[in-house]
Amino acid sequence: MKKRYLVPLLAVLSIISIFIGAENIRPADMLHLSREQTEILLASRLPRLISIIIAGMGMSICGLVMQQLTRNKFVSPTTAGTMDCARLGILVAIILFSAASPLIKIAVAFCFALAGTLLFMKILGRIKWNDTIFIPLVGLMFGNIVSSVSTFFAYKYDLVQSLSSWLQGDFSGVLKGKYEMLYLAVPAVLVAYVFANRFTVAGMGEDFAKNLGLNYKQVVNLGLVLVALITSATVLTVGTIPFLGLIIPNIVSIYRGDHMKKSITVTALLGAVFLLFCDILGRIVIYPYEVPISLTAGIIGSGIFVYLLLRRHAYA
Amino acid sequence: MHSRSKLLMLAVIASGLIAAYICIGSYWDFNYIIPSRIRKIAAIILTGCAIAFSSLIFQTITNNRILTPNVLGLDSLYLMIQTAVVFAMGAKTLTIMQSHVNFVVSLVAMVLFSAILFHLILRRGRQNIYFLLLIGMIFGTLFGSFTSFMQMLIDPNEFQVLQDKMFASFNNVNVHLLWVSFVLVVLCGLYYLRFAKFMDVMLLGRDQAVNLGVDYNRVVRHLLLIVVVLVSVSTALVGPITFLGLLVVNVAYQFFDTYRHIILIPGAMLISVVFLAGGQLLVERVFQFSVPLSVIINFAGGIYFIYLLLKESRAW
Repeated sequence: MKKRYLVPLLAVLSIISIFIGAENIRPADMLHLSREQTEILLASRLPRLISIIIAGMGMSICGLVMQQLTRNKFVSPTTAGTMDCARLGILVAIILFSAASPLIKIAVAFCFALAGTLLFMKILGRIKWNDTIFIPLVGLMFGNIVSSVSTFFAYKYDLVQSLSSWLQGDFSGVLKGKYEMLYLAVPAVLVAYVFANRFTVAGMGEDFAKNLGLNYKQVVNLGLVLVALITSATVLTVGTIPFLGLIIPNIVSIYRGDHMKKSITVTALLGAVFLLFCDILGRIVIYPYEVPISLTAGIIGSGIFVYLLLRRHAYA
Repeated sequence: MHSRSKLLMLAVIASGLIAAYICIGSYWDFNYIIPSRIRKIAAIILTGCAIAFSSLIFQTITNNRILTPNVLGLDSLYLMIQTAVVFAMGAKTLTIMQSHVNFVVSLVAMVLFSAILFHLILRRGRQNIYFLLLIGMIFGTLFGSFTSFMQMLIDPNEFQVLQDKMFASFNNVNVHLLWVSFVLVVLCGLYYLRFAKFMDVMLLGRDQAVNLGVDYNRVVRHLLLIVVVLVSVSTALVGPITFLGLLVVNVAYQFFDTYRHIILIPGAMLISVVFLAGGQLLVERVFQFSVPLSVIINFAGGIYFIYLLLKESRAW
């Protein structure tokens, strides 16, 4: 689980990712690309690779930040309803402004995701009985409820099937001109790097953090804004990817501990590697068709999550 | 007001609503309209009671008031089965397919899935019921991934047929299945009587119950099985109504202001029938609404859940 293994791995997977697809482009063609091939590379393969890497890094860092702030290993955008809130936001944007530009959609989705996460934090504050497993359960319930609100509106406007296709995390729709909103996640990730130490201190608990001279409220709010921004950018451009933000930080923290400055790079790299791996898998399983990433990541991710839970049980 | 008179009052309201539903605008047509409405109202009463009953037991076992049996992942499994049928064999199959076959397949799949899950997790000795629920919920998310993958590929015209199955509907309930479900629910009720005497003690929590001489693990296993059968029957009969149970059980607690199951169970059942019959009456006759009742109930139940979490001073 070291950087020096992860970086080459990411590079290898990226190269594989560029050369997989319905249109055959071999590495040997790189020197004399036909116009068509250049077009495919620039319009589809590269944007896809970039978006996978950004989404993978962004979502795993989201999970890491949330886990630090809530001091619970099983909180993530999937298990705190953030993704469902972002989806509700996109739905509302589409219903209210029918010809909404991506910028409006992302703004509304961001507001909803932020409000949802704040609400979840408030609920957490209410739960006096801090069972580690109980909290993700409440979060998932919360997410289900938010999506039942989405369903209500979707049904009224006959959008149920469209809603379920946004629910689907899928990189096959990522084309030049349609994914650029995802770049909004990049500054958020950078800010998370800068504030990593402060998040670690905030993760020690409110009293302790204040004692160390940290502006606790401000750091927590900043963290939630970052999470909401990354999540809504990802949901809008790619769709929901279950469990990614949950398992990656957990795996890393087994090896690296909870000091965020030390673990954030590895978390980001591992997130990108994992997502890229799932995507390549989904692309070759039923080649030349593809299985959406939410399915491959969902299957592998839930398997790993169950394993983590059992492991926690064994060493509890 | 005394609990007993409250029960009586609810019973009167429920029968009034039922009578109103059957009679208003029926033109006293005993050949078609009235029999079909009686069938509908029978389905409402049956599922309403099953859901209220199972949710109440479930919340007692899990010792909190914000979870519903749907966290076991049964709804998602049901939706996955329905979607898979349409996906693999086309919408015609779902319409033509004997509703008996669909009912039996869904019912058996749901009960079998839960039985395997319980067996694997609760037999591990140190049982933590929240762990079980979290695993159930992860499976639910996984089934959801499969479902949305298939839904994305389904032809929009065929999706319309599926959409009817996705939301509980009391129309077109098969008479034979109604009888079968009735028998199953009554059997569950009779089986429950064996454990009825433990219920109030169970509400005190695991440690207290064990201390007072209840064979806690055994009782929980049996009660969970009852819950699963009840939920599966009502889901296979009319479709998923996720948050009805949450709504009625909490209203019952507030309205009766007691913790005795002998009053709460009939109370919750009556409230459930009042909500469903009254809701159906309003939706069909007054608003002539296009949104099915179950979607509205999920919406209202969800909002109520968030209200519960934020407003009640009680720590969960």
